[in-house]
Amino acid sequence: MEHNMTRIALFAALIAALGLIPSLTLAFGVPITAQSMGVMLAGAVLGAKRGALAVLLFMALVALGLPLLAGGRGGLGAFVAPTSGFFLGWPVAAFVTGLIVERWRKGPLALTVAMASIIGGIVVMYGFGIVGMSIALDKTLAECALLVTAFIPGDLIKAVLTGLIVQALARSRPAALLSRG
Amino acid sequence: MISLTSPVETWAHRLPAGIKLAALSGLTVTLFLTDRPGALGAALLAVFGLYLSGGPVFLRQGLRHLRMLWPFLLLIALWHGATGQWQAGLVIALRLLTALALANVVTMTSRLTDMIAVLTCLLAPLRGMGLQTRAVELAIAMVLRFTPMLTENGRRLAMSWRARSPRRPSWRIVMPMVALALDDADHVAEALRARGGILNDRDAGKD
Repeated sequence: MEHNMTRIALFAALIAALGLIPSLTLAFGVPITAQSMGVMLAGAVLGAKRGALAVLLFMALVALGLPLLAGGRGGLGAFVAPTSGFFLGWPVAAFVTGLIVERWRKGPLALTVAMASIIGGIVVMYGFGIVGMSIALDKTLAECALLVTAFIPGDLIKAVLTGLIVQALARSRPAALLSRG
Repeated sequence: MISLTSPVETWAHRLPAGIKLAALSGLTVTLFLTDRPGALGAALLAVFGLYLSGGPVFLRQGLRHLRMLWPFLLLIALWHGATGQWQAGLVIALRLLTALALANVVTMTSRLTDMIAVLTCLLAPLRGMGLQTRAVELAIAMVLRFTPMLTENGRRLAMSWRARSPRRPSWRIVMPMVALALDDADHVAEALRARGGILNDRDAGKD
């Protein structure tokens, strides 16, 4: 009980911290914010249920008025902006990512986690994001999908990095990977 | 950690947070059900009035939070300028601005402790379904306590990266950040358990 609860809380804090550290660079010097990687990591490391709970806890703190989103944003405004669909999709994205890592046990871990992150953190999350955007901007789903395609390559890279990070984590802390526990 | 509550004390700070949240939910739904530019324009003016009643500093803080909308407003202006549907564009822009400004005003006038009290109230019915509300409250406190610590971990990792590399810190510092967070989680869990656990009733000790 205590272990599950502290891991969920610490992962919620980690998602916040990933948004607060200065942006990191990829191999070719492109800056990225690591926060959406935190959502993929929550599912992949903690598993479906605990990962989704960690994300929900993080969202609750944003709703309470803490500026924890990347760029120092937060508060109730985070739930009614044009991009809020993405944010509302976070717990589902973490859940789906975790579920796939839990169930798909064949093949190298890095590949499984990267695929799970693509399905959970991109397909599912963009699904929510596009629907939210189409409601807020009163445009068709196809038009909104077109608007966000520019961000997909960056998120694909984050999914691959999530795979590499989780693989390295599995080597240094084998017991910490609850999704495979 | 600093919350987004405005330090400028307004009359709205004294209203109960629960009532403000209920009003916000109702008004936001109404905003999305209306298509009349007149009604939406009046709503935006009313929200602007709310900010104005808090004084110039409060108004400036409020406007700063709305800056994130400008790419979307530009997009709508371009799109509806090209298609000639000005009225539809105006409706969307007014609705975006009013909804965000209204949500921000509630966040800016509600203290963290009041918001946590509302959340506890909202979670109470779930207690019957087996949710440990005490654990939720403790988890919220832990996130508040550990976010600055984990951020500091990240800063230190970035600094040690800089000491060894001419390039800016890369994504590679994320793995040790996760590992350190999970180690902390285990230490805190042991400490909690040593002090009798988070549940002080008959469920204590169950894993």
